[in-house]
Amino acid sequence: MNAATLTVPAPRAASPLGLVLRAGVRDLARNRWLLAYGIALAGIAELLFVFGGAGQQVLLSLLNATLLLVPLVALVFGTMHVYASREFIELLLSQPLPRRAIFIGLYLGLTLPLAAAFVLGVGIPLLLHGTLSAAAPSALLALAVVGVLLTAIFAAMAMAIALGSDDRLKGMSLSLGAWFLFTIGYDGAVLAVVSMFGDWPLEKPLLLLMLGNPVDLARVLVLTGIDTAALLGYTGALFRRLFGGALGPSVALTALALWTVLPVSIARRRFLRRDF
Amino acid sequence: MRRLLALASLIAALTPSASLAAQELVVGAGAPFQTITAAVAAAKPGSTIRVRSGIYREPTIVIRIAGIRLVGEGWPVLDGEGAREIVNIRADDVQVQGFELRNTGVAHMEDRAALRVIEASRCTIADNRFRQTLFAVYLQRAHDCTIRNNDIIGAGGGESNNGNGVHLWHSTGVRVIGNSIRGQRDGIYFEFSRGAVAEGNRSEGNARYGLHFMFSDSCTYTGNAFVANGAGVAVMYSKGIRMERNEFRDAVGSAAYALLLKEITDGALIENKFLNSSTGLYLEGASRLEIRGNEFRGNGWAVRLMADALDNRFIGNQFVSNAFDVATNSRTVRSSFDGNWWDAYRGYDIDRDGRGDVPFRPVRFFALVVEKHPEALLMLRSPVTSVLDAAERVFPVLTPPLADERPLMRPPQ
Repeated sequence: MNAATLTVPAPRAASPLGLVLRAGVRDLARNRWLLAYGIALAGIAELLFVFGGAGQQVLLSLLNATLLLVPLVALVFGTMHVYASREFIELLLSQPLPRRAIFIGLYLGLTLPLAAAFVLGVGIPLLLHGTLSAAAPSALLALAVVGVLLTAIFAAMAMAIALGSDDRLKGMSLSLGAWFLFTIGYDGAVLAVVSMFGDWPLEKPLLLLMLGNPVDLARVLVLTGIDTAALLGYTGALFRRLFGGALGPSVALTALALWTVLPVSIARRRFLRRDF
Repeated sequence: MRRLLALASLIAALTPSASLAAQELVVGAGAPFQTITAAVAAAKPGSTIRVRSGIYREPTIVIRIAGIRLVGEGWPVLDGEGAREIVNIRADDVQVQGFELRNTGVAHMEDRAALRVIEASRCTIADNRFRQTLFAVYLQRAHDCTIRNNDIIGAGGGESNNGNGVHLWHSTGVRVIGNSIRGQRDGIYFEFSRGAVAEGNRSEGNARYGLHFMFSDSCTYTGNAFVANGAGVAVMYSKGIRMERNEFRDAVGSAAYALLLKEITDGALIENKFLNSSTGLYLEGASRLEIRGNEFRGNGWAVRLMADALDNRFIGNQFVSNAFDVATNSRTVRSSFDGNWWDAYRGYDIDRDGRGDVPFRPVRFFALVVEKHPEALLMLRSPVTSVLDAAERVFPVLTPPLADERPLMRPPQ
């Protein structure tokens, strides 16, 4: 189905990466599921504005929706997409193109449309309602950055999963499992640790545990942008120092960037070594 | 008859001279008196001392004659030169108006006050400015005084080298009205002061409490604003307190409470606002309070109800955008909630009487976890907390059986 896009004669200057990327983006731009994702996000944001009341409350609900939906869609859609593009990938591999370029093109070709759907889906209602951006611009920016980074992380994870197994059922189960683990399972385990070891000073270990889950990092990053200073006052000096100051967001952002590199490199290794 | 007439005419003749006795003494450059001290020494009961603008550096002015009115014209400045108290009132019915009192300096061995009233009644301290004072107005055993429309800006030091804006000690029936106080330790402090009224004051950015009172029964607080004070407002060990239409906001910090009540009984909190604070209302050992029509918005904890808070009634309050609506440290809560509006309520109203048909349980499971393990707050707004809350809502095992049986469907007006 994708071969058609490739037969379009490319300009001579186009690099192999650009070629693959353009083909991937064009393919996904017409994808109905992606469109549905964008519209669903826009619908949620719009509904929150209409019924949600105060600006900050809308932002918090949007944060919750982002934390649940973005990893889910990136994982499930990404896995599906890689399986569906199997023939296209084989076709690409039969061309005189370097594998690394093909991988990066495929990865960006998946991530960029997903990220664009997120940014447009959440951004358009926000722009239409305008008022919020004045209320908490830093939190809004954090939400956008976090959404894009989560997309990049979980799309890479999806590619790693799909490239690791030819069994679609297994791939989909692994994706859903990963989603559950990162959005709920991990936090549940952290809460269990807190209640089991509550008598020990847990602030530092907890902060380290937060670094171990990109969804938690994303959540904390956005929360500190919103003026929940009311609460941050309560969590003790360490938390405040680490996430309330200028250092905290940069640490969290760096950790999120590292979190992107990890699944990308796993997926890349699998792609390079794999015998299609 | 003739005698009577003579007497009447005598009285009529004497009356103007009586008003003459309430003579005016003018202080200032080119005026009869150069110093206020000299004018006060020459004054008789009921005299008015008019002070023209200028800077007056005098030893502490002590007023021992009743009924003296000390009136500043064009904001004369009384300067303590960082070394002493500025005015002491030791007589009844004295009035001080229109001055700028400044620069008492910091003293660690005494509570140095710009204006101190000692064992005197019915004084009026109005329309003055206080700048860089340790204590601004200090009343000790002073009764039925009025402190009105003063503007107090402290030196802004920390708790240890700073004093209070308006300080009452063993003073009954005092009215504190329309003052603005900032940069002090406590904005307003009452101790052992019964029947005081604080109305329309603004207490902002003080190092410790915006309002602080202990052992002060039957006081009324109406229409005051307490904003961004270090530890919010704390009131303890008092009976029959009435707080109405006050605004408590921006008390942020691990030990900050928009309003902390400790050992307060038989009072009423009506139509106050608790906004953007770490804890909105904290009740410890507070009993038999009527808490009605208040607004709790954007706080970390709207209400923290300790186990020893008994028989408090929450009626018609609204809870909006708080991370936790109610938290408690006990399974048994002996206060009641009836007909409040909760933005987290998801019930329905089939009989359309404006009240929800299913009860609302304001204590979240996650709030219990955080009460026990404060570090768990790091998991705030994680989806897992919603899952746990939902599970606990279906099978309540751990959360206290505290419920608003008939929550409002719309916010009260």
